[in-house]
Amino acid sequence: MTTPLVTEQAIEIIYLISATLFILSLKWLSAPATARRGVFAGEIGMILAIGATLLYRGIVDYKWIVIGLVLGTIIGIPLGRVQMTAVPQRTALSHAFGALCVALVGTSEYYLRAPHVPKFMMSVLSMEVILGSLTFTGSLMAAGKLQEILPQRPITYKGQNLVNVSVLAISVAVAVYLVLHPGETRLFPLLIAIPLLFGVLMIIPIGGADMPTVISLLNSYAGLSAAAMGFVIDSKLLIVAGALDGSSGFILSVVMSKAMNRSFTNVLFGAFGQVQASAAAAQEARPVHTATAEEAAAILGAANAVVIVPGYGMAVAQAQHKVRELYDALTKRGVDVKFAIHPVAGRMPGHMNVLLAEADIPYDKLLDMDAINADFPQTDVALVIGANDVTNPAARNDPKSPIYGMPILDVDKARTVMVIKRGMSPGFAGIDNELYYLDKTLMLFGDARAFVGDIVRQLTGEGHG
Amino acid sequence: MLAAFVGFEIIRRVSPLLHTPLMSLTNALDAIAVVGAIILVGEAKSGLTTALGTIAIVAATSNLVGGFMITDRMLKMFKASSKPKKP
Repeated sequence: MTTPLVTEQAIEIIYLISATLFILSLKWLSAPATARRGVFAGEIGMILAIGATLLYRGIVDYKWIVIGLVLGTIIGIPLGRVQMTAVPQRTALSHAFGALCVALVGTSEYYLRAPHVPKFMMSVLSMEVILGSLTFTGSLMAAGKLQEILPQRPITYKGQNLVNVSVLAISVAVAVYLVLHPGETRLFPLLIAIPLLFGVLMIIPIGGADMPTVISLLNSYAGLSAAAMGFVIDSKLLIVAGALDGSSGFILSVVMSKAMNRSFTNVLFGAFGQVQASAAAAQEARPVHTATAEEAAAILGAANAVVIVPGYGMAVAQAQHKVRELYDALTKRGVDVKFAIHPVAGRMPGHMNVLLAEADIPYDKLLDMDAINADFPQTDVALVIGANDVTNPAARNDPKSPIYGMPILDVDKARTVMVIKRGMSPGFAGIDNELYYLDKTLMLFGDARAFVGDIVRQLTGEGHG
Repeated sequence: MLAAFVGFEIIRRVSPLLHTPLMSLTNALDAIAVVGAIILVGEAKSGLTTALGTIAIVAATSNLVGGFMITDRMLKMFKASSKPKKP
């Protein structure tokens, strides 16, 4: 009898070490210099925990465990090798997988324990299954929208909020009933089905520009459901990991919401959809100044300080490597080049940083909004590549604008502004950008990658005489 | 609760520069849920739990492997400008 007891204790100790490693892992992630060590710590913690679990004496059959682990690895490897531009949808997909795992385990635990489930257990279990299920479909929807399998435009209809809230209320009601009467196994499938439906309904009205917030929110739900599962199966390690994931998702959602000057509820329930039609229709054919790649290159070459503002458009056009060439060409001429990154630029938190890092741009040149805004008045040229709403001065001066109050990058304070854009179509929020009609703004119409390439050719060509 | 608090403090200090890797790393760590699924499947209490549990293991493992791989790949790309970084 002593041997299993010793193993049991050993397993607990190993779990504790793993939990510590997980926390260290995140701590090291806070600085780029130690970040990779953080990943390593996380991996060790994970291997230890899984190894310890396999020693657990209650395990009688290894066949399906091995099949599961092998299959998961086979699916996981390609998911770890996706293009950097596809990282947002990959992340959404992994939220879906994580939530699926939690929901399935929760379901199994319920059927194993029913009808004798204590109230506390049933409450946490319901939370686990509800959050897991809605995160699963919600994340799949988000991934679909990001991958452009599903339409990115928000889909809204009358009474949508009412429908959503009622659906959520029904699932909570079912959960409460099950807590009081855990023996009602017939009701349990509803606890899965209704949140699955809610996950879909929740994401339908959300547009591309809100994706960073939504991904963070789903991240948080996935973490919370995992923490709930930790309570159900009494695993402190899982509670720790889930809590870490949940709080990181929560913090990111708060950061994202702040960066858009909107509350959570606003993002979830007040799609930009309603304002779109009126705002886009009002302005037609106002004069803008345009310039060619040659002119743009001349201005950039003569500048002392240039700030590049990348946005989702740069990601779509895969222009980050050309931007890197531009950075090199300008730096070689002694131009000071920096990058201004708005917190919600792109489709997930930190999206632009990853793309620019992929193109080998040193991370100390990537500055966030608060750090760069003071620099714009001393900037000769602000070059906006595929960013729109985050540069719209209407957020500062037009109280009627739907984005009024959202913190923006003050590109309009630079001496000259250049905007590379495919055409005059409004951004995802569907709002016209005052910036484009300023006298100091030059519009460079074209594909971001091709246009930046042209500018680079002009700059380096001139260099050879 | 303590973990949530400690986590909160640590994560607040992560620079916006690394928000994407942060998310993919916490995702990978979340895959520790695989532990629960392993026990569930291993105890082999019913056909239902084995089936659901195996799918759960597949889902979590793919997150685990993919999550760590992509986080490391991203972090490898972050380099400081020309000056060698401190060890």
